Amino acid sequence: MDTANSRRETILRSIRTNLPKVEVEHPGVRAFQAPSGSLKAIFEKRLKEAGGAAHDVVSLADAESKLALLHPDAKVICSAVPEIAGTRRVEKVRDPHDLADVDVGVVRAQFGVAESGAVWLTQEDLVVDALGFLSQHLIVLLDPKQIVPNMHAAYRRVRLNETAYGCFMMGPSATADVEATLVHGAQGARSLNLLFL
Amino acid sequence: MTTARQVDPAAAAELFIIQDQIHEPMHDRFLWATMQRRHAEAAAIPEWEELREMASKIKEHTLTHLDHYLEEFEANATKRGAHVHWALDATDHNQIVHSILQDHGVKELIKSKSMLQEECQMTPFLQQRGIKVIESDLGERIQQLDGQPPSHIVFPSIHKTRQDVAHLFARTIGTDPNSDDPHFLTEAMRNNARPRFLTADAGMTGGNFAIAETGTFMVCTNEGNADIGAAVPPLHIASIGIEKMIPRVEDMGVFLRLLARSAEGAPLTQYSSHFTGPRKGGELHIILVDNGRSRRLGMPEFWHSLKCIRCGACMNTCPVYRRSGGLAYGATYSGPIGVILDPTFDELKYSELPFHSSLCGSCSEVCPVKIDISDQILNWRRVMAGKGYLPLVKKLSFAVAGHVFAHPAEYHVAEKAAEPAMSYAPHFLLYNRSLNPWVRDRELPRVAKKTFREWYLENRGKNGYSQQQA
Repeated sequence: MDTANSRRETILRSIRTNLPKVEVEHPGVRAFQAPSGSLKAIFEKRLKEAGGAAHDVVSLADAESKLALLHPDAKVICSAVPEIAGTRRVEKVRDPHDLADVDVGVVRAQFGVAESGAVWLTQEDLVVDALGFLSQHLIVLLDPKQIVPNMHAAYRRVRLNETAYGCFMMGPSATADVEATLVHGAQGARSLNLLFL
Repeated sequence: MTTARQVDPAAAAELFIIQDQIHEPMHDRFLWATMQRRHAEAAAIPEWEELREMASKIKEHTLTHLDHYLEEFEANATKRGAHVHWALDATDHNQIVHSILQDHGVKELIKSKSMLQEECQMTPFLQQRGIKVIESDLGERIQQLDGQPPSHIVFPSIHKTRQDVAHLFARTIGTDPNSDDPHFLTEAMRNNARPRFLTADAGMTGGNFAIAETGTFMVCTNEGNADIGAAVPPLHIASIGIEKMIPRVEDMGVFLRLLARSAEGAPLTQYSSHFTGPRKGGELHIILVDNGRSRRLGMPEFWHSLKCIRCGACMNTCPVYRRSGGLAYGATYSGPIGVILDPTFDELKYSELPFHSSLCGSCSEVCPVKIDISDQILNWRRVMAGKGYLPLVKKLSFAVAGHVFAHPAEYHVAEKAAEPAMSYAPHFLLYNRSLNPWVRDRELPRVAKKTFREWYLENRGKNGYSQQQA
């Protein structure tokens, strides 16, 4: 039986033996031009196409009433943002299993991406990663000034060396596995409403 | 592990086509609609072709420096607290997974979709050793409940109708067989899967990309099932093919702009998740799997297939795949990409696959990383012809062509030379319906008097497009 180290050496040796005899340079990734028009408008359109919805709110009180309007029957609202209290603070959650009963999770995204309507959420934003996925519904707060045009700009902003988990989340959970029919709420969140705040 | 038995995709496709008037037309229609969405998304990006070229070159660069990038990835992932393992082949991979599970006393495992784990036949291996393995992707779960492998690398159950799924769920999870609304069926599986996420001792994922610069790996899903599996159980194990390396974080922008647009005509999948070391309170194991990949790297005509990012666009565009259904290929990978990958695992078993193609070239045109798929299919025909592995039913008609495939100077020479073979192939062999179901609904086209290339040169001249248009 090979030891772990000898397996590693065997594979690397096999790769070195078989490396194609051509020298291909990394082409570099140039900065592509941003789409024309308002990034916020493009973002909203794309988010809608992805099954989510964006809402303008004028104040924190407005945001709270929007949340109540969107989810009138929610019993457990677990919040990861200081502005909205919710019924449970995610900082108090020790075990991700304890999020199984969450009706609405509330998080703040660091930035959005116009060309897809996706938002960037990290372990630090979610506090407990599972909040983004076990919650039946999500409310995402986003500063409308924090929208980048495309994925090239997005990857210049992420700091993968500083977080164990980061996700571009584009609307709610979805599947088209039965007769290619689009259905939202496959395993993760059933809905994603984004508030510009 | 050569199997004496060869898969017979034409015969299997016949069964898919003749079963009724519903499945095959539906399959064809869904995948073609996906392709139309892909075309619309691609057309909306002015730099699309430049992105494809960039992606192709980044992959070629990475693969020609693969040892370097693997070591960089390993060092960075380890620094971040992940346990990195190396697996020589499928059995090695499965044993490593099993030993990690044993060390942690895992009885139940929830996994997201991974073509690599399919390739390794991991689920039966673990189940034989008393570990319960549950697929969490809806399409994969449907296939698991039906005892079938996925028929498409992105849409595992795309060959099934809603009635098929309703009957399957009635039989296996107790829903009403008459309730066949996709919303109802998806909800039924959500409710069935949720408790399993909560009781599972470990979650497994694959990896779409692995970034050397940071030791990060990425998983793309629409359901969020990979994220639940990684975020809820305390143990996360990821299986990653060694060819999935990408040098830098910045490179990911190119690949993510191409992947979901090519796969399903959407700008991204709903979730594009990045794992760099274990999550707070969790443990992360990464298994880097070779299973024939390093050997493939040394095949001058075929190593470009390692650039594949598993989007499935070549399958969706393929007229043969759309009519055959993926299960007809009898292999882990189906469609054009399967035709060029599967023979690297077992030449005899998959010797008929290169002939299950019309060589129309559409696959190469849509591939986001510009793999020369149709050229490789032709090259595989030469390999098979050289070894005498010509499909039985076609042996007579391909006798002349087989020689050409085995000794071509250039493609257009082969194309020209294939004409007599087609002309002299006994009509009853090509058109006999019991031998060749593909002509059931159609006459074969007459062989053109001129090849397209000859016509093009005569009519469009050396300067290409302009002569008659101007």
